[in-house]
Amino acid sequence: MSVVTLTINDQLVSASSGETILQAARSVGIDIPTLCYVEGLTAHGGCRMCLVEVEGARQLQPACFLNVNEGMTIRTETDQLREYRKMIVELLLAEGNHTCSICVANNNCELQDAAVEMGVDHERLEYTYPQREVDVSHERFGVDHNRCILCTRCVRVCDELEGAHTWDISGRGANLKMITDMNQPWGESPTCTSCGKCFMACPTGAIFQKGSTASELDHNRAKLDFLINARENQLWEL
Amino acid sequence: MDLTELENIVTKEAADRKPCEIRCCIAAGCLSANSNDVLSTLRTAVEDSGMADRVNVVGVGCMRLCSQGPLVGVDIDGPLYCRVTTDNASSIVATLNGGQGEAETFEREDPFFAKQTSLILKNCGCIDPERIESYIATGGYRALHQALFELAPSDVIETVTRSGLRGRGGAGYPTGVKWATVAKNSGERRFVVCNADEGDPGAFMNRSVLESDPHRVLEGMAIAGFAIGANQGYIYVRGEYTLAIERLNKAIKQAGRMGLLGTGVFSSPFDFRIDVRIGAGAFVCGEETALMASIMGQRGTPTPRPPYPAEHGLWGMPTLLNNVETFANVPDIIRNGAEWFAEIGTPQSTGTKVFCLTGNVVHNGLVEVPLGTPLRTIVEEIGGGVPNGGQIKAVQTGGPSGGCIPQEHLDSPVDYESLGKIGSIMGSGGMIVMDDQTDMVDVARYFMEFCMDESCGKCIPCRAGTVQMKQLLSRIVDGSANRADLERLEKLCDMVSRTSLCGLGQTAPNPTVSTLRYFRDEYESRLIDSTTAKANSNGATCQ
Repeated sequence: MSVVTLTINDQLVSASSGETILQAARSVGIDIPTLCYVEGLTAHGGCRMCLVEVEGARQLQPACFLNVNEGMTIRTETDQLREYRKMIVELLLAEGNHTCSICVANNNCELQDAAVEMGVDHERLEYTYPQREVDVSHERFGVDHNRCILCTRCVRVCDELEGAHTWDISGRGANLKMITDMNQPWGESPTCTSCGKCFMACPTGAIFQKGSTASELDHNRAKLDFLINARENQLWEL
Repeated sequence: MDLTELENIVTKEAADRKPCEIRCCIAAGCLSANSNDVLSTLRTAVEDSGMADRVNVVGVGCMRLCSQGPLVGVDIDGPLYCRVTTDNASSIVATLNGGQGEAETFEREDPFFAKQTSLILKNCGCIDPERIESYIATGGYRALHQALFELAPSDVIETVTRSGLRGRGGAGYPTGVKWATVAKNSGERRFVVCNADEGDPGAFMNRSVLESDPHRVLEGMAIAGFAIGANQGYIYVRGEYTLAIERLNKAIKQAGRMGLLGTGVFSSPFDFRIDVRIGAGAFVCGEETALMASIMGQRGTPTPRPPYPAEHGLWGMPTLLNNVETFANVPDIIRNGAEWFAEIGTPQSTGTKVFCLTGNVVHNGLVEVPLGTPLRTIVEEIGGGVPNGGQIKAVQTGGPSGGCIPQEHLDSPVDYESLGKIGSIMGSGGMIVMDDQTDMVDVARYFMEFCMDESCGKCIPCRAGTVQMKQLLSRIVDGSANRADLERLEKLCDMVSRTSLCGLGQTAPNPTVSTLRYFRDEYESRLIDSTTAKANSNGATCQ
């Protein structure tokens, strides 16, 4: 694999030709915010948080998808990008019912982190207050669709790491919904192995472990990293 | 099948032709107005009048004047009868014996027909779309033969490039360049895909071509397959187009049986198979990456580009994706040459374009004109303007991705660049005329609601942004919005168009942006602060 050199935020960066902008940036300590991205899973490109400016390109490009190229010039932090990211977080907060003070993921939530990071101190958009359900039919886990940001991390981790493909998406637009198997209660799913990977991958309090209080909840993303590293690099040590 | 057999079919068709032909439109528009019954009534009337040996009654594709259907034409230049019913159909047959036709007629010399130039629609309304012989009699499949036996694949691509043909799906990308890119990309296989997932409100160009002249599209696809080295083609048609699907399947079978598709086309080493894939009616599946996902049996959602389909398309292979009308142009370009095509239209936008003229206009229907024709010619002369002497306020082009062109820009030529300059796009060819009674904010809200309903939901700006924009537009329509809401709407328009994943979201704000550009006063006059200010200036008490 050849090595290419590109410029990210005026910094010269070398990267392997198969890498994405996100990987190249993070490898040199430049952080690009993401919500739907999980290292090791297929990129989704839906949250648009990782959009970057590519010199010479008309459109903004998602860093999680765009591969590095020799001589590229990228900007990951501009006033415009910061404003767009802030609006994305605001759109998410207005779309579902997110009340941090009564959420099991309070202080352990990537949407909350993003809101703090982007400086969302108040909501400029109208809340839509959707009527969404809470499914606690599973013996160990529950899903609160009000907290779901439809990032599909659960779908990808269940399909690509666990191999069960219990989770999927139904509907479209504002009616998009995560479903288990044929849109049946999670507790009745014949394919779910109760492995908990979806819970670990969930960025918010949408998928939670029963019995956890807010102070106890820990998504423990490290377990996913361990599994991905083990499979990709055959390193099974903790 | 070889050239001689093809010629034999042409000769036999000419020999079988009866002196008089009564054509009845059996495309979807007229069918919905009962034209099938009109067709059988005409057939019975011909039988009963004893003229069966010299009069042929044939079901044909779209005769363009869709709002006046069912349409019945006597020969190509004879009278064209409108709104024909089963009650007055037999009187049309009686006219052949000197009787009086009871159905109203439409003048062939009317600008609606006289100002049009037919390339793609040349056979529509003339041939029987359900008989391959009917297409062959017009010279059909000769271009495919010519490509296979007289040209190299690179010659075909060069001809298409020189013709200046640009993608008729709306973006106007040079077709020859796209073909060359796919041909140059390496892959074990290559694919040709025809995008027939027409979903713009007020657009039915592709449907009409598929229902009226399906072989033209198949021939264009086969030529493309030969040019880029593909053996498999797919036509992705939306499920609502049942008649188009039925006729396409029939056409594919007929062409296969004659050796014009399938293994060894024209007994040459070139194999080309075409399959129909039916979409479930999601607007986003017209976007190329979502369309390909759907063809592969996955959920029809887009993926970021690059990589483009030309490099990484169906099953990771180089894939050529063109619109129905783009393929429909190809046989004529091969047959008549690149220079012939390049002379039609403007230097940058060559050829013709089919538009669906709808809305507040006298003549609703299909219109084909050379690119560069002034918008005024299309809506005022061909379309006959607004009924009952009303004034045109704006013309919406390009569907939900397009924009509203105000009356003062009606003299703009209709080509890719000119429309872009005035804030709209060609799109696939929908053209909605609006009169001076039209509420432009409500129009913007309608298109936003359409995009909101059709958003696949994958990316947040499109999924949640369209909801917020639609709510803001509703508040402006209702008169409950203030200036800050309007500013918020404009910011959202910018953000959604810049950050959305695919064309649906990127262009969803266009109707709003263009109406804001030309009809801003309609927005501002409804804002709470402006009505309050007006009330105050009138001396009313502010509550």
